[in-house]
Order: sequence, then structure tokens, then C-alpha cells
Amino acid sequence: MKKFEGKVLFLDRSDINTDEIIPAKYLTEISKEALKPHLLEDLKIEGFAPDKDVKDKGVIVTKTNFGCGSSREHAPWSLEVNNINVVIAESFARIFRQNMYNCGMLAIELPEETINKIFNKYSRKETYIKVDIENSVINIAAEGEQEEIKFSLKGFDRDLILAGGWVDYVDKKY
Amino acid sequence: MGKTITEKIFDAHLIDKPDQAVNVLKLDRVFCHEITTPIGINDLISRGKDRVFDPDKIKVVIDHVTPAKDSKTAMQGKVLREWAKRNNIKDFFDIGRNGVCHAIFPEKGFVRPGFTIIMGDSHTCTHGAFGAFAAGIGTTDLEVGILKGVCAFKTPQTIKLEIDGQLKPGVYSKDIILHIISLLTVSGATNRIIEFTGPVVDSMSMEARMTLCNMAIEAGGTCGICYPDMTTVDYLWDYIKDEFKTKDNALNNYSKWISDEDAEYDKTVNIDVTDLEPAATYGYKPDEVKSVREMQGTKVDQVYIGSCTNGRIEDLRIAARVLKGKKISNFVRGIVSPATPKIYEQALDEGIIKVFTEAGFCVTNPTCGACLGMSNGVLAEGEVCASTTNRNFNGRMGKGGMVHLMSPATAAATAVSGYIVNSELYKG
Repeated sequence: MKKFEGKVLFLDRSDINTDEIIPAKYLTEISKEALKPHLLEDLKIEGFAPDKDVKDKGVIVTKTNFGCGSSREHAPWSLEVNNINVVIAESFARIFRQNMYNCGMLAIELPEETINKIFNKYSRKETYIKVDIENSVINIAAEGEQEEIKFSLKGFDRDLILAGGWVDYVDKKY
Repeated sequence: MGKTITEKIFDAHLIDKPDQAVNVLKLDRVFCHEITTPIGINDLISRGKDRVFDPDKIKVVIDHVTPAKDSKTAMQGKVLREWAKRNNIKDFFDIGRNGVCHAIFPEKGFVRPGFTIIMGDSHTCTHGAFGAFAAGIGTTDLEVGILKGVCAFKTPQTIKLEIDGQLKPGVYSKDIILHIISLLTVSGATNRIIEFTGPVVDSMSMEARMTLCNMAIEAGGTCGICYPDMTTVDYLWDYIKDEFKTKDNALNNYSKWISDEDAEYDKTVNIDVTDLEPAATYGYKPDEVKSVREMQGTKVDQVYIGSCTNGRIEDLRIAARVLKGKKISNFVRGIVSPATPKIYEQALDEGIIKVFTEAGFCVTNPTCGACLGMSNGVLAEGEVCASTTNRNFNGRMGKGGMVHLMSPATAAATAVSGYIVNSELYKG
């Protein structure tokens, strides 16, 4: 199982697409590691500088429909090689979400009001999130403050996380 | 309670339910191309599982960057080619015989009503035009598909679109789907199937239906789907005539892949297209759509006609009707990419290629190339492209470039005028 914690990168926009996560011109790479410097390099959000804001992060918190567009698994891979194994959002595009769980990574959906609350309270602070898979709890800590948010991880999604991904799961079963 | 076409296909292919909401389906087809498959192949090799579930159900094409443009893309082709050979995959299409995946696979008769199909490509939803469940998936799902012939999907809900009315001249299925995406938004069909029905769809060619289904993903849809009918049977007839005595027999058999009247839908949307105008996108999301009239006057640097959305023979015919006897604007670069070798040959035979070259277009070989900014027409910073493709994301056709999505007719007229314009103004 992967490590589900780290400093938080807040991306305050909906519909961030896979071309913004990793541009198509890097899809000619045959190793995942080669994607590392290019994560989010075409994403335009005011105040966001991909070359310095991505470094040392472990968790992304964002709005709705994250990962829309292309089916490229290079999107989760480019997160993975940057040690970001958790994305928390109000909603995800279907293929991106499945790709995350297939790689044994977490795509956590929270209600709009919870996401907004997290943004309001933490997005201007240095924030650290640790996800407790066992108890389905997100631990948030920032500047001395701390809180716990419950989330849902059940059934097939949970099995994939525990198995470390879909290939290992399926090979045992079918 | 009746069932939708997708529910019927799921029922017929279900092999397991790992939880209440998830269905593991048996696959009829696994399609592969050179961008998303090689990393999967290398992963299978590293796991000691370099094998395929059924070489006859796997169809392979090199289409995204062909001919290879550099050592990296040459290597992607090589990995795919050697893998296909090693695993006895007979339907492998290399340069000269290759075409854009979602054009060549239907053309070869690989898609049938009631099939389940996956591919590591989001526009796999195109094949729903044949009454199949076809979905784009990532490389891990692709690997498992290759290895075991299965894929897991949540039970999808369906949005039913009833399309009624009479299209005005110069308005095509591309304009309809752009309009639909603007109504649904880019996430309006997430985890949903879009069922395209109604008299307008019934009277459409397979090419026009493929354009509709192709862009279901741009509204977040898992698959776009149409009911099989005589148009479907006619398109497939060369490939199915040994299976069925008559076309009516084939139609009878395929009619089991039609939604029941009392099927349950997430929602039903009625659209009358009678007053619909030619449409184009204006922003960086496919749901940012205006009428061409509102966009008129927007200057363009490049016009691109091609792709899995609009690179088929019908699209080239439509564009050629607008271009015939005209020259494109001096400072516009026109690029046309027939989506398959067969389409290229048809266009040659019909004199369409000559219309394009005489107008000043560059004709490229079949490839995905420029659509995703890989090759054959990448934009420079600050440039604008009028394009018949499917995505206008920031940077899609080249960093800092702007893409306006539109129909082949509007794109052709735009090439002539140098700015976005309604094709009807350039007819005659």
C-alpha cells in the first residue's frame, strides 16, 4: 500500500483536465519517472507556479470534475512520481477516478460544503493531510490547528487500495 | 421494469459483481494504440505476464504519431509492433495500412451491436454508434483487458436525448453535439451513458452517428450509444453476410439491442434542432459554445479537417462541397487528414483530394497528429486553429494555441475567408 499523506497543494478551480495535469506531448515517454518535471505545467490558475508549488506536496485538494478529458493514465502516474497519492475533490471524471484506484491511489470525494470549508480555512496556510485508510478519516493539520473529516471508502474501491491496484486484484480472482 | 440498451449489454456480459455497484464484464474487443499500450505491455512483461486473453479479439493500430517523428515515438511503435507479432495478433495496422483508431476499427467491421469494447483512449465512446458499449479506460484497465478479457464498470445511469426537427442547410451532427455538450456541461454526463434517439438520429448516416457518440466524453459520458437499425446493418453488411441470410434477419437479431419503452432513465432531454445554427467553441472547454454567427470575424491561422470526430468520407465530401473552385485565404494554413487509407482512396476516386489541393490545403496521411498537438500541424504560441476535432483545452494543439471546434463545413468556409464564417455564405 502507498503512503497517503503530505503537504497540501490547493487548486482552486473546477474542470482541471488531463492535458493540464500532463500535456500530450509528454505521452511519448516510456517511463513514468520522465513525467515528473511536467506535472501541471500548463495549468493556469492565478498565483499558481507549477515549478515551485508542486514540490514537496503529497496531497491535492480541488473542486469539481478533476481529471476530465483524455483517458491517459499518465495523469495519475505524473502525480505518483511526485509522491502525490491522494486527490480530494468534490467530484472526479470517471476514467481519471478509476485510473487512480487501479493504481492503488486515492481519489476522495467530499461534499461541496466540506470542500469549501477546507478551502476557506486552510488554503492560505501550510497544511498537512494524513489519510487513515483503516478508519476512513482525513486528518488535517495547519499551524497548530487539527481536525478530522470522515470519508467513505467501501467495496471495490477499498479492495483495490488494499490489493495495491487492479492487476494484482484481478489476477488472483479471474 | 424495462431495460436500457446498456443494461441489456451489461446483463449479457456480466461475470462478477465485486460490490453492489460494480460490474465486471466480459469483453468482446480490446483495441490498442501506440500511446497508451506500450507502458502496459512493459508492465505485463515485468510481472512475467506477457500474454493475451485472445489474439483475435485484440485489434491494434499505430495512429497517434505516424510516421514516427522522433526516437521516442519510433520506440512506442516498435514495442507495440513486436508485441502484436509475438502474441499472434493478426489485426495489426502499421503505416500505409493504418488509420485513426475510431475510424479504422468500425470500417474493418470489428464493431457490432451488443459488443463490449475498451481502449486506452477516451474517444472509444465513438463505437456506441453501432449499439455497442464502448468505453475509454486507462492503461491499467487496458492491461487487465489484454490479460484477462474483462473490465470493471460501475452500473451506469443513462441520459436519453430525443432529437427531433429538421436540420437547416449548413448544420450537421457536429453542430448538434456541440449544442448538447453546452446544454449538459463538461461534467453533466459523468458516470452516465448518453443515448441518442429520435428521428434526426434515425435519419443519420453511421458517420454522423459516430460524430455524435465520439463527443459524449466531452460531457463526461462513459459512452454515447445509438440503437442499431438498417443503416447499421447496411454499413456492416460485407462483414456479417455470412452470419445472416438477409439484412432483415440481421436487423431482427440486432433489435434485441434496443432500449425497452419502459426503461428507466436518469433523465430524458428533448431537443428540437430546427432552429439550430452552425456552432463553434469559443473558450478552453468543449461546453463553451456559441453560434458561428456570434463568432463570425474571429481570425484564424490554421484550419484542420480530420480526426476521429470528423475525418471520415462524409466529412471530406461536405468540406469539399464548400471548397470546390475556391482558394483558401493567403495567410491560412489548411490541413486535411483523411482518417483511414480507405477514406483517402475514396476521396481520391471522387476527386475530393484534388478539390483540397487546388484550394491550397496540405493533405496528410491518416493520423491523430495535430488534434492533440503531437505532430503534423502543431500551433505556435498565440495562434488560432479552426478545427473539426473534439477538444479545445488550453495547449491541446500546441502550447499557447487557441482551438475553435466546428463542423467540416464551417471549417472549410473559414479556410476560404480567413475568419470564422457560416459555410452557407460560401456555397454556390
